[in-house]
Amino acid sequence: MYSRAYKWIVSTPPILWVTIFLLLPYALMLAHSFWLVRDGMIAHEWNLQNYAKLFQNPVYLEVLFRTMRIAAGVTLLSLLLGYPLAYYMSFHAGVRKELLYQLVIVPLWVSYLVRGYAWKTILGSEGVLNGFLQYIHVTKEPVSFFLYSPFAVVLMLTHIYTPFVFLPLYASLEHIPRNLVEASHDLGAGSRATFFRVILPLSLPGLLAGATFAFLLTLGDFLAPLLVGGPSSIMIANIVQSLFGTAYDWPLGAAISVSILLLTISLLFFTERLEKRWSFR
Amino acid sequence: MTQTGPRAEQALAGAASGNVLLEVRNVAKHFGPREVLKHISLEIAAGEFLTLLGESGSGKTTLLRLIAGFEQPTSGELWMGGERLDTLPPYKRRVNTVFQNYALFPHLTVQENVAYGLQVSGAAKSEIPGRVNEALQMVKMQEFAASRPAKLSGGQQQRVALARALVNRPKLLLLDEPLSALDANLRKQMQGELKSLQRELGITFLFVTHDQDEAMALSDRIALLKDGSLEQVASPREIYARPATSYTAEFIGQTNLLRTYIKDEVATCGCLQWASTLPGGGALFSLRPESIHLSNDAAASSDAVRFLAVVRQQIFSGSSEHLELDAAGQSLRAQIPARGPLSGEHEFWFSPADAVPVRE
Repeated sequence: MYSRAYKWIVSTPPILWVTIFLLLPYALMLAHSFWLVRDGMIAHEWNLQNYAKLFQNPVYLEVLFRTMRIAAGVTLLSLLLGYPLAYYMSFHAGVRKELLYQLVIVPLWVSYLVRGYAWKTILGSEGVLNGFLQYIHVTKEPVSFFLYSPFAVVLMLTHIYTPFVFLPLYASLEHIPRNLVEASHDLGAGSRATFFRVILPLSLPGLLAGATFAFLLTLGDFLAPLLVGGPSSIMIANIVQSLFGTAYDWPLGAAISVSILLLTISLLFFTERLEKRWSFR
Repeated sequence: MTQTGPRAEQALAGAASGNVLLEVRNVAKHFGPREVLKHISLEIAAGEFLTLLGESGSGKTTLLRLIAGFEQPTSGELWMGGERLDTLPPYKRRVNTVFQNYALFPHLTVQENVAYGLQVSGAAKSEIPGRVNEALQMVKMQEFAASRPAKLSGGQQQRVALARALVNRPKLLLLDEPLSALDANLRKQMQGELKSLQRELGITFLFVTHDQDEAMALSDRIALLKDGSLEQVASPREIYARPATSYTAEFIGQTNLLRTYIKDEVATCGCLQWASTLPGGGALFSLRPESIHLSNDAAASSDAVRFLAVVRQQIFSGSSEHLELDAAGQSLRAQIPARGPLSGEHEFWFSPADAVPVRE
């Protein structure tokens, strides 16, 4: 058995960490969401009007739904890109597996901002894409809707979050015992039937984990709309940012944050249960 | 078509018995520079229980995987029932496999595992439940139909794997060390069940094992592999009584290898001498321990080779005594019926007919 002193020494730092950097901020945020702003000052009067505003002013729900649409788009696109890549690497890449894996990982080391600005130079009206399209005479004028649109946000975030989708997917595909694939072929199933009846069901936990990453990371993103989104693709985190910043309405910002937090937690709870049901080992 | 039960299959297989089902023609397999199989030729008769026996690395599993279609031969051909087999993908071969670690689908129930082969090969939907049930009944697993494999013991998983492989009514069933993960008692029991199942169904079994006792107990014929070559293919009795090589003699059962010199039709090994019609020169003989008898116990035949030997060690094993003998410098292992402690020098004998000439 461990001594009392040892237990204290080992458990104090994490408890302090969690208290100072997680519990305290969350408590402050929760408290703020029930206060209000009067004469440009935060008044500590308990009320529910911040939450009422969320439903009364259509802007907030509208932006929230747009954010979820963008998140769904990013999730879908990064699954469509990530799954085939993970499948190919796990089952067919052979000796190139290691190299390809590194190539997928390397972009994660590049700053988010750098990748954001890269998309700006690609999509802009003086950008690489427009230049190319005009060069091959597909378009005469620069196409303006590439940049500053929800499309650009989805594109940029898909590029950034595809590795996050790829990694859990690849891990779950790597965990499928290869003799199950052989058993499937042995029993008369071709490649298609083997994929849909054995490989896909067994990779569902990884797929779910990847999809959760992409969805939740997008849900909280505020830089992509600033860099490439424009006013038409403001997301919920941008609103929170401005409420805590220039708009100086911390209580409303906190109420929105709490709502998003609850949404995130319930989503995680749901996917966690699904993942448990879909894993058989 | 509900009449085509195991019995009808048996009748079919019975009519074809003696026919060659699978032909391995001069098959070689290289993995890079490593030569895993060196020009193997082998014929398997319909309805036969043939065992590929060998140490790990002998190439037995590779040969099985070539037949299943998971690997392609580097050269040579496989033929089954007059059809080229090695050019077909695994899912088009009427061959099914029982995998070493069973390879049951973890996300499917026992029932769904067994139904898998029927579903993917397009069996009529109405036919599937009946055939699945029949297969589960065959291995006595009906009551677990709705369980997931993770809930089953090793022996139970083994039975499900067997049912899953048999439900497609393969012409040839491949078994890759299917019993190696089971404990000794269960193993003996499953051996008996496998053998009677094979007799009942009349399906050809190609069984891979490294356990010579298992091979002896189950097989109609044993194909012994060594370093990717066939050492000997024969029935268990023949391979035991007439081993072709010293490796076979030592791998299957125990033996004394006697290095002799033959001159004027007499083989000499130390103090031992017997008549042999082999040409003159060096020759190697295999003499099983149980072929050596104690003169006091059993009357020697007229041509017996008699010799005096000191009992150096005696190990009692219930029905018999295992002796380490020293016959004028030549050490010999003998196995005689249990008879109480022995010490000092005794006269022993063996019949020259039991000394089998073997290749090096």
